[in-house]
Amino acid sequence: KMDKFRMIFQFLQSNQESFMNGICGIMALASAQMYSAFDFNCPCLPSYNLAYGLGILLAPPLVLFLLGFVMNNNVSMLAEEWRRPTGMRQKDPAVLRYMFCSMAQRAMIAPAVWISVTLLDGKCFMCAFSTTVPVEKLGNRSYTGLSEKEMRRILARIPCKEIYNGQELVAREVAVRYLRCISQALGWSFVLLMTMLAFLVRALRPCFTQAAFLKSKYWSHYIDIERKLFDETCTEHAKTFAKVCIQQFFEATNKDMGLGHSHSPEKAPSDAGEEKEKLLGITDQGTMNKLLRSWHKCKPPLCLQQEGLQNGNSSNRHHSHLSLPRKEMVTYYSKV
Amino acid sequence: MDRFRMIFQYFQSNSESVMNGICGLLALASVKMYTSFDFNCPCLPKYNMVYGLGIMFLPPMALFLCGLILNRQSLVMLEEWKRPTGGRKKDLAIIRYMCSSIMQRAMIAPIIWIIVTLLDGKCFICAFSSSIDPEKFVGFANATPAQTQLLLSKVPCKDDELMKNHPARKAISRYLRCWSQALGWSILLILIMVAFLARALRPCFNQAAFLQTRYWSNYIDIEQKIFEETCCEHARDFAHKCILHFFESMQKEIQLRRFNAPREAEAGEGEEDHLRGITDREQMNKLLKSWYYHKPPLDVSQATQHQPVGRERLSMPWADSLSNRGKVPQKAQISRQTDV
Repeated sequence: KMDKFRMIFQFLQSNQESFMNGICGIMALASAQMYSAFDFNCPCLPSYNLAYGLGILLAPPLVLFLLGFVMNNNVSMLAEEWRRPTGMRQKDPAVLRYMFCSMAQRAMIAPAVWISVTLLDGKCFMCAFSTTVPVEKLGNRSYTGLSEKEMRRILARIPCKEIYNGQELVAREVAVRYLRCISQALGWSFVLLMTMLAFLVRALRPCFTQAAFLKSKYWSHYIDIERKLFDETCTEHAKTFAKVCIQQFFEATNKDMGLGHSHSPEKAPSDAGEEKEKLLGITDQGTMNKLLRSWHKCKPPLCLQQEGLQNGNSSNRHHSHLSLPRKEMVTYYSKV
Repeated sequence: MDRFRMIFQYFQSNSESVMNGICGLLALASVKMYTSFDFNCPCLPKYNMVYGLGIMFLPPMALFLCGLILNRQSLVMLEEWKRPTGGRKKDLAIIRYMCSSIMQRAMIAPIIWIIVTLLDGKCFICAFSSSIDPEKFVGFANATPAQTQLLLSKVPCKDDELMKNHPARKAISRYLRCWSQALGWSILLILIMVAFLARALRPCFNQAAFLQTRYWSNYIDIEQKIFEETCCEHARDFAHKCILHFFESMQKEIQLRRFNAPREAEAGEGEEDHLRGITDREQMNKLLKSWYYHKPPLDVSQATQHQPVGRERLSMPWADSLSNRGKVPQKAQISRQTDV
């Protein structure tokens, strides 16, 4: 049982899209839970009802939609990819569009759940539209010649059982049943419409430019993975840098205090070599800053074979320093 | 149990995850605290507003301070801010980045408290029931202003005899609750919009500098952790050797009297020596002092060129503390070339 849980956990973590699917599901459940925990409180006053009802129907979905974007790490990745200088890597608008569509689709699920649940429950609709009940059909319009304003005030109290005083005008039960019926019809139509849209999008998309779609999907995953790996590499580098820096500090303090030779046994050559490799040739602050700047300003081309032969920009510092000597020789000869 | 351990390990994996975990826990604690708190409106004319606003704003401040305290990064940031320059220049951008990241995380639990309070409505009703306009509601026509105030302040208390059967009580409650919920949702909407704009628009401004700042602030965090671990290892070895030395000296005294066979060679030669040459209290104190007063420069090129067996360190001219030189230091060929 634990294994199954671990497997699910690992699967969801495996790439950003699966992770986002998980978050999406959680947010949909949270949306339904939020609705049932929320204490709906219709004001039962003529001008306030519509504002409150529509507010509760539309503001939380907007919040959930934006929250879906905020929780998605791909948002900043999309903006970064959109705004970066071209460098040595062309930008592909199709990839950007794919990323945006995929994010927007996921972000729309929780709001759709909220709207469906609200309409199917009916309280909100009843509150917003209680003043527009057709009194001619459901009650006696000619009851004691009420002014429009008075009638609206009475009708506005329909959602509030305790204070409703217009039983002779129109029976409360009748009005409530009428409004709820319309609300549920709207709710089910909304659900049907959303499902149909989703089905059409899914079923018809392969009929249009499938090859281009596969390309966009691949490169969008690639950008995501590349960014993650870059962050991991930077963290590993920072760890090794810190370790070596601290060791150096201890040794320097040793020397300052005039201790003859250090008592520490020399590290095995393999350890020192390993650390040197982990540092990837970047050993001081200036170089690291330059590397990070050129990662943004001049992303490397998506081409792995021609590294050794091409004489790249001088800003390609993130190659391992083993290949650099070869490059230098090329420059030297070309100058001569 | 396994499940908790796995979740725990996932959150421990890096310090950002730890902070996110703590942030989430504080948010849940905030909601739980609100639901278990027994709200008790005083229903007296002047006390209502003070109590209501107090409950709305004092716990968030406490939660904010808690969020700052529980965050390890705030200490790291303060230390980085206040340290003497030493061998390493200070970068204000890093301090600003760490500060904003700490503040953002610390603000989540207080905001959740305020929003839950507003959406629930009790607090708002208690605070503002005396401030509404009695003209809008029935039943206040014949009362003097003082009486009206008294009656209005009793609205939040359902069981009070004066207001229990008053026709306007429920209407006033409902009216105030409607405003309270509208305010809550509006605040939530505005905050989420701000968060979304911040997230979406940040890469448009100065992304390269942001990458640098993020890397170095992460580095400072890691360095602090590794330094503490190194000191712990050192302390353990120090204590171990100290105690062994003490036992040996005791044994030596006994041997002198009994002429026993000399004991075997010291154990622990084979294991890694974490003492790194620092072997007494004065030296350790000096080291810790200079770690604070004179942080080493961010340049380890000497270490990577250090021969594993040799004693001399290569003293290349460019390997002195080069905090901001743009060239790659270890490429002697390049500097030679540019001269040509």
